[in-house]
Amino acid sequence: MLEVTLIYGFINSVILALVALGFNLTFGISGVSNFAYGALYILSGYTVWILINQLGLPFLAAALISVALTGILGALLYQLVLLRVRGQVISEVIATFGVGLAILELFRYMGFTGFEYTLPPFSDGAILIGNTYVDHQRLWIVGAGVAIAVGLYFFTHYTKVGLAFRGIAQEEKTALSLGINSDFMAGVSVAFGSALAAVAAILVLPRGTISVNDGYEVLINAMAVCIVGGLGSTPGVILAAFVIGYAQMITDVLSGPHWKMIVSLVAIFVILVVKPSGLFGKQKELEERI
Amino acid sequence: MRQKRKERIDRGVKVRAEDIFALTSYREMLYIAVPPAIPVVLLVLLPLILPAYWQKVFISTAVFALLAMSWDFLVSVGMVSLGQALFFGLGAYASGVLDHYFKLPVWLTIPLATVLGGMMSTLFLLPVLRLRGIYFSMVTLVVPLMFERIIEATGVFGGTEGLTRLQPIGNSWVELYVVAIAALVALFGFRRLMTSDYGLVLKAVRDNDRAVMGAALNIYWLKTQALFITACIGAFCGAYMTHLYMFVGMPAFALDYSILPIASAVVGGMGTFAGSFLGAFILVPLSEALRGIGGLRTVIYAMFLVVFIVALPEGIFHYMQRKYQQFERWVDVEK
Repeated sequence: MLEVTLIYGFINSVILALVALGFNLTFGISGVSNFAYGALYILSGYTVWILINQLGLPFLAAALISVALTGILGALLYQLVLLRVRGQVISEVIATFGVGLAILELFRYMGFTGFEYTLPPFSDGAILIGNTYVDHQRLWIVGAGVAIAVGLYFFTHYTKVGLAFRGIAQEEKTALSLGINSDFMAGVSVAFGSALAAVAAILVLPRGTISVNDGYEVLINAMAVCIVGGLGSTPGVILAAFVIGYAQMITDVLSGPHWKMIVSLVAIFVILVVKPSGLFGKQKELEERI
Repeated sequence: MRQKRKERIDRGVKVRAEDIFALTSYREMLYIAVPPAIPVVLLVLLPLILPAYWQKVFISTAVFALLAMSWDFLVSVGMVSLGQALFFGLGAYASGVLDHYFKLPVWLTIPLATVLGGMMSTLFLLPVLRLRGIYFSMVTLVVPLMFERIIEATGVFGGTEGLTRLQPIGNSWVELYVVAIAALVALFGFRRLMTSDYGLVLKAVRDNDRAVMGAALNIYWLKTQALFITACIGAFCGAYMTHLYMFVGMPAFALDYSILPIASAVVGGMGTFAGSFLGAFILVPLSEALRGIGGLRTVIYAMFLVVFIVALPEGIFHYMQRKYQQFERWVDVEK
């Protein structure tokens, strides 16, 4: 029992981290809020489903097209909506939340619910770890999650684009004076974040059916992980994913799946009250809280 | 090439009517008196002429107008809530519980639920009052969802079934006019409040909270008061709708009660209360007329929200107000 909880808690934590990394790249690292994140996640899942089941494309092609499309959609979202309200944080939140709501409810209206909406796993089968069976898809998730987290760390610390992302969040005017086109960089960051949402969706969604409500859940989980971890900190995000992931697993075991969702909500609430900048967040600690 | 620019100048009648406090003609008196009279006449007359179905729509419109105005008030104090549903839901459950478990009469449950719901919401959000901007919004977005989940998980107060067979308000004229009068009181009360000294201090908390702290005022106490006022209005709406539908359940925390007020305020124009009022009277009947398309309604509100935030952030009311008070002309740009 303990072993199952430990292993599945680990996998759950990696899933949380994977889902949160895209949101973290946009919101946490570049300081651009993209509350349509959950909607983009679900959208890319449905895109893959449509490409495979209605256009008959092979899985790999469908996945690549979906990632690219979601990235482009993110860029469009930035260009058409976010750019015009950039800097007015509240308008950014309301506008992107509105876009996300529209996408999700449109899918619900078009009747994209049911058991047939599933994505194929990368490979079938399961392996035995100790006495617990773990299927291949979950191993893929862990592998990809680790790879993306490490990749993202190096990307934001050692490439020009990644450094520019962090620069515009830390001090936009200074970044401008050093030749970083902050409006353009913010757009790139939204596009990257959206593409990561698609990657996460393709990895995570084969575990079950795609449902519209997951969109809201994903957004809340991603927000919870980013806020608890601290904005602008990739290690913080990983740590927070493990804290929330294990907390969810333990509540699930002890008191049933209904309470699982409350964990991330409570986590957001508690960390914002106790330490609004998050576990590892260093940026703008004073400005968030007087 | 001769360049032109658009110049806006206050109309003569506005300057005479507002700056010189001696009105000399009926035209000037009407200029001042007609705009505030429009909502009053509308809310008094509409219940008399509407058919039975649209009377129900009128009630929910007035309720959403109240929610939108209370949202607007909270925004004028610098707190952007994405979860009016919290206030609405707590008020709804408070009145439902008072009715179902304590068997109190309706005329007692609604006022009690208003105050109780307001107090509970305020106490619940008290720890997050120190948060600013986006962080406050995130918490308010999360809290109603949390309540919904808790009720689902624990099954308290009827769980997913909710509490049914509560007492109705009874008289349909009372139903219509109580909420209409409440909306009017809130509209004029808020507009008056924001021009008073107290309102100016509240606005200052939004504009520069450190300056207000520098003036030795306790901004958290001010924010608490503002939150309590907003929460009471939200709770009143919740309690009212509970007795109207004779039911309270998890839908009281639904996203609709958070999004539609925001959409109304954004479409109508923030910061004036009249804008939120107008927005609700545009969006709610519109969404009722679109009832046939079901789930697509939410999509339409959301698109309204996005289009207005991006394309017309000032909102309809500010636009109308400008046209009413100023005229525009093209003039040459001086070299």
